[in-house]
Amino acid sequence: MNDRRQLTPRFAVNAALLAVLALVPVYAAIAGNPFVMILFTRILIMAMAALSLNLIMGFGGMVSFGHAAYLGIGGYAVGILAKEGIGSGLVQWPAAIAASALYALAVGVLSLRTRGVYFIMITLAFAQMIYYVASGLDRYGGDDGLTIYHRSTFGGVLDLNNTTVFYYLCFALLLASIYLVWRIVNSRFGLVIQGVRSNERRMRAIGFPTLRYKLVCFVMAGAMCGLAGALLANHTNFISPAMMHWTRSGDLIVMAVLGGMPAMFGPLIGATTLLLLEQVLSRLTDYPDLVLGPALLLVAIYLHGGIDGLFAGARRG
Amino acid sequence: MADALLAIDRLTKRFGGVLASDAVSLTLPSGELHALIGPNGAGKTTLIGQLTGEITPDLGRIGFAGCDVTALPVYRRSQIGLARSFQIASLFPEFSALDNAALAVQAHAGHSFRFWRDARSEPELRVPAREALRRVGLGERADVRVTDFSHGERRQLEIAMALATRPRLLLLDEPMAGMGPEESLRLVDTLRQLKGGVTILLVEHDMDAVFALADRISVLVYGRIIASGDPAAIRADARVREAYLGERDEAAHG
Repeated sequence: MNDRRQLTPRFAVNAALLAVLALVPVYAAIAGNPFVMILFTRILIMAMAALSLNLIMGFGGMVSFGHAAYLGIGGYAVGILAKEGIGSGLVQWPAAIAASALYALAVGVLSLRTRGVYFIMITLAFAQMIYYVASGLDRYGGDDGLTIYHRSTFGGVLDLNNTTVFYYLCFALLLASIYLVWRIVNSRFGLVIQGVRSNERRMRAIGFPTLRYKLVCFVMAGAMCGLAGALLANHTNFISPAMMHWTRSGDLIVMAVLGGMPAMFGPLIGATTLLLLEQVLSRLTDYPDLVLGPALLLVAIYLHGGIDGLFAGARRG
Repeated sequence: MADALLAIDRLTKRFGGVLASDAVSLTLPSGELHALIGPNGAGKTTLIGQLTGEITPDLGRIGFAGCDVTALPVYRRSQIGLARSFQIASLFPEFSALDNAALAVQAHAGHSFRFWRDARSEPELRVPAREALRRVGLGERADVRVTDFSHGERRQLEIAMALATRPRLLLLDEPMAGMGPEESLRLVDTLRQLKGGVTILLVEHDMDAVFALADRISVLVYGRIIASGDPAAIRADARVREAYLGERDEAAHG
């Protein structure tokens, strides 16, 4: 709750992480290691997706198990427009955001009256539906997916083919998103959302029509994740139904929980940790999940505030 | 009754074979402190639930400030001035007491689709919230998180939150339940100060508190109001003595 900026261990960790992320392209240039750029660009994008999930799940208590659908919808908006000859990011990205927001609105209207496991099941079912819709889009590659031959263009101002430019664009958008979420959760709207997580019945009793606030929050999170999807499609130059497979939704939940849920930098910490661990472990062993699984289990059991909670000292349980 | 704030007319609610409310009629004039007493299982909380809108009555009508509110959703009733405190404290435990009360203020300060300004820095919300806490004696505890509150303090905060919505009618569902004698006395004092300014329907087992505070008392037994009158009349009523006051000691501990 109280993310007051002071020189705390949490602040130091967050600042150090941001400094490292800011210097990744410098390191990659010196070390001549382009793979580092690919990995860390992915980390930034997934952190943005996990951040949007944190808004509804960590702050709003809405456990969506279909969040990867927005990555897919954002990605397909870019891919489909690119295939149809519309290459401008000024069209593609707003389309990605708008399509995701619309989808979130539809899912939200139908799911937000339910709670707990029913909510989880409905969001999962919708995401699976979108997954199969994408598989059926033969013109856009069906099951095999679609290669995007040209990254989004921005009238010559930004060249996304330059990996350094693209990296810093993702970094800037992530920081802007974190700031946006931070403003939102401490605003009147954000306090309503957190109040609903804490005790929705009481929120209604003191006079809040809770459903409409939850719905708007759900749509905002969907829109933000749609933008992450547009970035992801540009990053991989490829879209496929696999982007929104339910296991991808699971990954996003793991990132949010691992990082520390209602914490502002939790999703970034979680995404960084998970993707780096996956990399390291897959080099050391053929079965990285055998190590990752138990590690996550330990976090879930012993670290209620996630990794962020380690550095936050006394805080909400 | 032209100036009745609350007019309950033949409210009926059946749960399976149990008549929880059996044609309950009750009228509260503005400014009255009305106590509702009755043995456990008499249907007091069910009645409160119907008044706040969480339970839909089978039959009957609820009039509030001249309007029929029988079909209004919970949040709308709160917005027109009907507030409740819960029998089992229902708060936002991970927030501070001030945050809790400020949320209640916020619910009645226009819509909350405001996404940018730090709500904790808005005097428009914080000042009335502090005032509500002060009125129930929690002024010094404003910045403490509710998880660190004692049982009694949570009950006081319950009332502060209801007050922070600036209600015209306060429904208090056993506010003294589980309180020590000292805390009870302090709460009686608080309610005495509120009395007159806001209309109160008080459901309570603590007979000392009820007879000390109430302008009028109604007795609910098996979903039916068997007597209604001023404290002296209720004390003297034979049916009440038989149905309720005779088992007063059990009820107080039950």
